[in-house]
Order: sequence, then structure tokens, then C-alpha cells
Amino acid sequence: MSVAILRQGDYLIASIQSDLSDTEVIELRHELAELVGRYRVRGIVIDVAALDVIDSFVARALRAIVLTAGLRGAETVIVGIQPDVAIAMVQFRLNLEPLRAALDLDAAVTLLDRLTQGAAEDGG
Amino acid sequence: MEDEVRVPINADADLVPARAAGRAMAEQLGFPRPDPTLIATAISVVARTIVVQVGRGEIVLRPLQEADRYGLVVIARDEGPGIRDVEAALRDDYSGRGGLGLGLPGARRLMDDFEVESGAETGTTVTMKKWRFRDELARLREERRRRA
Repeated sequence: MSVAILRQGDYLIASIQSDLSDTEVIELRHELAELVGRYRVRGIVIDVAALDVIDSFVARALRAIVLTAGLRGAETVIVGIQPDVAIAMVQFRLNLEPLRAALDLDAAVTLLDRLTQGAAEDGG
Repeated sequence: MEDEVRVPINADADLVPARAAGRAMAEQLGFPRPDPTLIATAISVVARTIVVQVGRGEIVLRPLQEADRYGLVVIARDEGPGIRDVEAALRDDYSGRGGLGLGLPGARRLMDDFEVESGAETGTTVTMKKWRFRDELARLREERRRRA
């Protein structure tokens, strides 16, 4: 498996271990949608530091993961986008809505804490 | 030709070695960051276009050497039915409409030269190049020459 998925409290941490094929990206999307329900998690962190390339297909898949998880009641934060990959994504002019990113895992968990707490206080 | 690298593209899993080969050649040629990543990203897009449109083809990578600059050319070739409207395929698909939705306009923005030849008989060939001047003086000379 090229993605290690751990459960940590209310969150899922999905760490991509190596460059992924398109098929593996789609599998990840299905698996995360399923796991959100099974473990009733409120947040997902996807660590993409191992991805050397984030092109239009991968960006679209990440967007789909965020939207799908959102419909299942979970917020998603992407971490570990490499500097060169970030430059390429901007120059490509990828549509990145509604991706939310953080620099590392700690920052992602802090962000998720805030996002999911806010939702609870607002009454959903 | 010496130093040429060919990667057969028959399935989406072949994008992974194609990207890696492009990055490796760019680094070997001395392209500074972030160019190897830009090149690998553009290769990913044209290789996927082969898989999605035709199913099989190849990516050819070649170093380019000129007096003032070095470069890398990526040739993505297939023998499919061709792209009917090349101009439309290259139109910006930022909105998600128009174009082929495969990211060719984005790949073009990552490279310096980008050409598509397509015909029903001949299939499709995308040729894209990335250049780097050997030094700042060479870059300025080229800029002056272009403005003149």
C-alpha cells in the first residue's frame, strides 16, 4: 500500500509514501470516504510530502476528496506540499478551491481542532 | 541518438516512471530548482493525455545543447485518431469547461516551447521544450536580440 492511514482520536492521518499512479489516487479517494463513516472521524490530514508532482489530475482528486469528506461531515487539511511543487501548482494555474493546506502535521491538527470546534459551537 | 530516453506509455502506472525520467534528466543537465518539478509535471499531463485519448504511445526525452543555452525536449507521441480541434484542446480549461480537461494549457505554462501536431492519419505529437541560459550574460544577450 502506497498510503499509510492511521486513526488519531477524531482524525484520520493519511500519509502518502511514494509517488502515486492515477489509479492509486482514485483508490485513496474511495478509501477515505469509506473510513470517514466507519470511524466517524471529524477531520482528515493528507500528507503529500512524498508527491513529486501535483498536476491537474491529482489536484482534482484532492478537491474531490475534500468535497466528499465534507459531505460525510469531515474537514480535510493537506500538509507537506513541497516548495517546488507549490511553485508548479501556481504556474499551472490549478483550481485549488476548496483545498486547505498547512505546513506540517502539528499545524494541520491545530487547524482541524479550530475548524471542527467552530462547527460544534455553531451547532453544525 | 545518445542520451535519449524513451518511456513507453501503456497505462496510467507508466506516468510514474515517465515523470521520474524527466526529473532525472533535468537534474542531470543542471536545471536549477524548480525546473525539474515543472518539467516532471508537464510530462505527467502529456503522458496522461496519451493514456486517456489513445491508450498507448511513448514519451521521448532528449537533451538539447546550444552555444548559449541548454535544454530538454519532451516528445509525447501516439498513433491515435488525432485531436480534432487542437486549438480548443489548448484553450484554457481553468473553468473546467472547454479544452479536453486534461491540463494541456497548464502544461504549456510550465514549459517554454509547446507545439501540438495532430492528424487523423499521423496521430498526435506534442513537442515541448524547457531552456536555461548558461549564464546571466547569455540570457541578457538573448533578450536584447529579441527586442532588436
